[in-house]
Amino acid sequence: MAGVGQTTYYKHGQSPHAESRLALEAILNACADAGIAPEEIDGFSSYSNDRNDGPRMAAALGCRELRFSNMFWGGGGGGAAGAIQNAAAAIAGGLADCVVAYRGLAQGQFGRFGRGAEVGQVSGEAAHTTPFGLMSAAQMFAMKAMRFMHDHNVERSALRAIALASYQHAQTNPLAIMNGRPLTPEKYDDSRWIVEPFRLFDCCQENDGAAAIILVPAERARDLPHPPCYVLGATSGGHYRAGAPVHNTPDYASSHFKTVARRLYDMAGIEPEDVNVLQSYENFTGGVLMAIVEHGFCEPDEVNDFFSIENFLAPSGRLPLNTSGGNLAECYMHGLGLTIEAIRQIRGDSPNAVPGAEVSMMIAGPMVTPVSSCVFGSQATL
Amino acid sequence: MDVELLKPLPVPTPVSLPFWEGLAEGKVRLQKCDACRTWVFYPRSRCSCCLSDQLRWRDVSGRGTLYTFTIARQPTSPHFASDTPQLLAVVELEEGVRLTTNLVHVAEADIRVGMRVKACFERVSPDITLLKFQPA
Ligand SMILES: [Zn+2]
Repeated sequence: MAGVGQTTYYKHGQSPHAESRLALEAILNACADAGIAPEEIDGFSSYSNDRNDGPRMAAALGCRELRFSNMFWGGGGGGAAGAIQNAAAAIAGGLADCVVAYRGLAQGQFGRFGRGAEVGQVSGEAAHTTPFGLMSAAQMFAMKAMRFMHDHNVERSALRAIALASYQHAQTNPLAIMNGRPLTPEKYDDSRWIVEPFRLFDCCQENDGAAAIILVPAERARDLPHPPCYVLGATSGGHYRAGAPVHNTPDYASSHFKTVARRLYDMAGIEPEDVNVLQSYENFTGGVLMAIVEHGFCEPDEVNDFFSIENFLAPSGRLPLNTSGGNLAECYMHGLGLTIEAIRQIRGDSPNAVPGAEVSMMIAGPMVTPVSSCVFGSQATL
Repeated sequence: MDVELLKPLPVPTPVSLPFWEGLAEGKVRLQKCDACRTWVFYPRSRCSCCLSDQLRWRDVSGRGTLYTFTIARQPTSPHFASDTPQLLAVVELEEGVRLTTNLVHVAEADIRVGMRVKACFERVSPDITLLKFQPA
């Protein structure tokens, strides 16, 4: 991972700049961080139907040649590690030598992301959901979390611990939107219900901005300005019929990582206890809950003990979680901000660095299909 | 005075028409695969288990259990503002398929995952009846 770049983060609809300009700015920042000239980029990897396509970016950046232009299928943030997977695969397969994984979003320019479906007359799968008022991701995912919490007697304090950790970490991250706006357990408990079991602070922000990450072949790592950070593994997908319509997936109360996580550990050659710090995408805290369990960090029936603010805080918690503030409190950059933070933990320049972190994990887009996860490692892990 | 917006209405397709016709007659009708005996929902032209196209419509009891639910206190569209809080649910029928629905005739405090529920029919337009559920 050669370099990372972000723009200023804005509340949704408040970016003063066009979306493509934000994306370009993030890519240029990542180039500067990596000490790489923009013209060297020969591959583009994005996700969530990003509008800033590779050919347009390559022309604007003056790239000498475009060799790889790739979109990871699926909405939401399920591709925030998938874009890394595809970029790494392109390099490993010899398709490209310098690939940027990126995401840009300006919702004032293009309308709000993830809002309820348009109404009127509906057919297909929507004919069986929308007429009942079931229209948003929040509602669909709330029902998954509700069933998981029922099956394993999970208390709502588990969700609260996730939110508190994100907000606490944001207080030392100057880039975070919620920097200077701390969250207390009382403030969480008093916040309004959005859709049970989710209160306001269980739901991600909506933001404008862009983020970018540049990947080059591992042999170049020692020539780069930062301590080396390697992709140890990156996997994506979903279990049997994970995407079955109208809530008919056989394994329903799931964040869809059971098979993806197993392949990730096999690819990286590690086990959960080897992970020093975790970034886990919060669309809603209930997704983090199931994703942490499905990545083997605790058993489903241990959640009430394991999910505590003490365990999740950097630098010394058992599993420091979302150490930049994450989607809840840094910025909802569709997870790419979390991927950048996972890299910073290996380089040692996180705002909440975990001392001696050698292995960091990023989990993307729980409950959608496909989901993805990746693991980064320091020189010592090779 | 608030003007109630028209709620979104399903459009029956050639494949799903028997389901909607059944509801209009007060019957829950599901497809079952003649090849592998699997019950199928939502309506489709091939079995989601074995891909056979030998699917046949059958009337079923409309009884099942509450698989999961949520209480939405924030309507996602103005069309449902007057229904807040919305009791959104997934019901698992005795045949094993799940449908998305609303719970009716139930107090919020009495809703439990796993509770037994039965079908009830809400006519929302001359052509369309929605399948909702209430405690059995
Ligand atoms: Zn069949």
